[in-house]
Amino acid sequence: MAEVEETLKRIQSQKGVQGIIVVNSEGIPIKTTLDNSSTVQYAGLIHQLVLKARSTIRDIDPQNDLLFLRVRSKKNEIMIAPDKDYFLIVIQNPSA
Amino acid sequence: MPVSNSNATTHTMKVPGTKPTKGPKKKKDEEEAVDPADGVDECPQGNGPEDQPELTEDELNEEITRILTANNPHAPQNIARYSFKERSYKPISVVDQMAVLFVLESSLLHEDSDEARRLRVKQGLLKENAAIDIGAESEEDRTETLATPVEDGGDVEEAGEEDRPDSSASKADKKEPKLTNQFNFSERASQTLNNPQMERICQTEPPPRNNFSATANQWEIYDAYFQELQKQEKNKEKQKGTQAKKDNDKSKKKVVLTETQTDDLSKVSDASKIFERMVNQNTLDDIAQDFKYFEDASDEFRDQEGTLLPLWKFQFDKSRRLTVTALCWNNKYQDLFAVGMGSYDFRRQGQGMLLFYSMKNSAYPEYIYPTTSGVQCLDIHQQHSHLVAVGFYDGCVAVYSLKQEGQEPVYKSTAKTGKHTDPVWQVCWQNDDMDNNHNFYSVSSDSRVVCWTLVKNELIFTDTIRLSVNGALSNGPEGGHLPSITAAGGTSFDFHNQIDYLFLVGTEKGKIHKCSKTYSSRFLETYDAHTMAVDAVKWNPFHPKVFISCSFDWTVKIWDHTINTPMFTFDLNAAVGDVAWSPYSSTVFAAVTTDGKVHVFDLSINKYEAICQQSVVAKKKTKLTHIEFNPIYPIIIVGDDRGCVTSLKLSPNLRKKPKSKKGQELPKGPEAEVAKMEKLLSLLREPEQSAV
Repeated sequence: MAEVEETLKRIQSQKGVQGIIVVNSEGIPIKTTLDNSSTVQYAGLIHQLVLKARSTIRDIDPQNDLLFLRVRSKKNEIMIAPDKDYFLIVIQNPSA
Repeated sequence: MPVSNSNATTHTMKVPGTKPTKGPKKKKDEEEAVDPADGVDECPQGNGPEDQPELTEDELNEEITRILTANNPHAPQNIARYSFKERSYKPISVVDQMAVLFVLESSLLHEDSDEARRLRVKQGLLKENAAIDIGAESEEDRTETLATPVEDGGDVEEAGEEDRPDSSASKADKKEPKLTNQFNFSERASQTLNNPQMERICQTEPPPRNNFSATANQWEIYDAYFQELQKQEKNKEKQKGTQAKKDNDKSKKKVVLTETQTDDLSKVSDASKIFERMVNQNTLDDIAQDFKYFEDASDEFRDQEGTLLPLWKFQFDKSRRLTVTALCWNNKYQDLFAVGMGSYDFRRQGQGMLLFYSMKNSAYPEYIYPTTSGVQCLDIHQQHSHLVAVGFYDGCVAVYSLKQEGQEPVYKSTAKTGKHTDPVWQVCWQNDDMDNNHNFYSVSSDSRVVCWTLVKNELIFTDTIRLSVNGALSNGPEGGHLPSITAAGGTSFDFHNQIDYLFLVGTEKGKIHKCSKTYSSRFLETYDAHTMAVDAVKWNPFHPKVFISCSFDWTVKIWDHTINTPMFTFDLNAAVGDVAWSPYSSTVFAAVTTDGKVHVFDLSINKYEAICQQSVVAKKKTKLTHIEFNPIYPIIIVGDDRGCVTSLKLSPNLRKKPKSKKGQELPKGPEAEVAKMEKLLSLLREPEQSAV
């Protein structure tokens, strides 16, 4: 448990990382480094995206499953690790 | 007078309030038949009823006028009704004068309806049969009914009853239309007693409801089937394992543990590790790209020289003061390497560290093991890459297992179990012995080469050899000369790749001994290699006869073990910390010096000079201590005395593989050069490249 905290701290201290959000299975953010409104917004929107992505992958081959999702945009990169128990979201600006 | 009496009687009866309009027609007829009442007749008074009032003659002769009006004598004259508007009883001005004399209900038939048609048909038939009679009869019937409607009630009833069986018959026989009498046909219905109806309702609590929605995708179906399969398998296992109930209990407990979901961050641990790597990759994106794809194009112009491209730098906060004393790549996971931290300075001996880094994450080590004493050397087992043998400055050896959690070694030697009395300079894993136990060797400056075997939970040591100065010369020319007991401490060793028992040991004095595991008292050969302690000695991975050695006396020498003198000697102008052969070519090797430079040599290209000499440290005072080639990637890692490990990419010129002829194994090294070399007095022979 403490190791995980440390790892997340290290990630947060990396260059360009704007925020980390951990959302539990019910959609409630349990850990976040962003402000409340952004967190809620990210959690909601990304949840839908992940459902769609997972559905896509599994429709193509039901034995497959989604491991990670990386969305790169002009301004930053959003990395998502979905799981049946939680969501881990990291937002980073690689060029900063 | 009877008539008048009767009239009088009738009058008297009628006078109080009634007027002679109403009356049964019979009586009227009688009256009509009777003489008019105008005439005064004599009437015997004794014929009337007993209570008949006696009237005087005047009264009898009194004329009484009778008026015929249209008023209803039975209608009430003063009706008062309550008016809600005025909230009082008010007399009604107009009273209904209508008197209903007779009511006869009959039925109307639409002339186009079925019944009417049937009637018409029947009437037509009857008319045809006996038109007049029936007509007369019917008329008579009608008059009779008019005259005696009351008496006909019974007849009508009978007629009605007769009609009923007729009607039922008619219903059964559709051909015969129902004969319905216009006048006295009546359908009778009777109403049975209706029991009072009672409605009873019972309301229960509605069952708890829940909305459920789901999609039925292909993969949801697949998931459901998969779970079913797993359940079935579990059931099979349970059936098989009914013996150990305890196990079942334990498994139940485990199941319970996994089912309890808590808001734990520990579930995120796996993903967070990978995320750390992802974030690092993003930050150090160029380095990752360089590592994978960059090939220095300027090498084509550089004749034969190459360059080293610095990639990642691995540093750990807590190890900044320590020197990198050992490096080793992991065979199985080629991005993982081990770094041993300690100190070469005998004055500064403190704690050490064992770190494992992955190239995928240069910010933080994967595994951290702090040690009580400085780490001097380490080796990772070739097959079981989770086992790491470590030699310490205090003479202990230990074996760490990466699979186990915790920061203590799995095995550790102590003073009782034969640890060295001097720092251990090199450890090396061997193949499993005949009992399938893991074993490794260690060499130390207490001049012992010890074999350690991992038996169950213990480290068992066996002294393989004792290094002494004149070990091999017991039968020397001086005969009878006692072998000197002064032992020379070993500072490095290396085992032959193919020949299992053969190994080389470098000593503090600068000598290299070729030894065999089986002979513990003698050396097979001794080479006077260097003037100072031999820092590293390594067999050539390809050629079975060649090995290389380096020392603090600034030289690097290449030997053929059958020949006592080195084949090549290189002077690097600075103390050489370490030397390593490259895994991809038998003529390429690299050396690091304390002036912070890396020298890469390729003997097939240039026998006298390095094809690359590059300074890889930021500060000039940093000394490089160790170097290792990555087994598959064109990367070298270099450790320095500031606790930093730098990774460098070899440019293409440094990686030239000899041109292979088609259909042949890698050609044996330039035999022309061998021929050339052999001509030389120093009997230098090019290391022949053998296929790997």
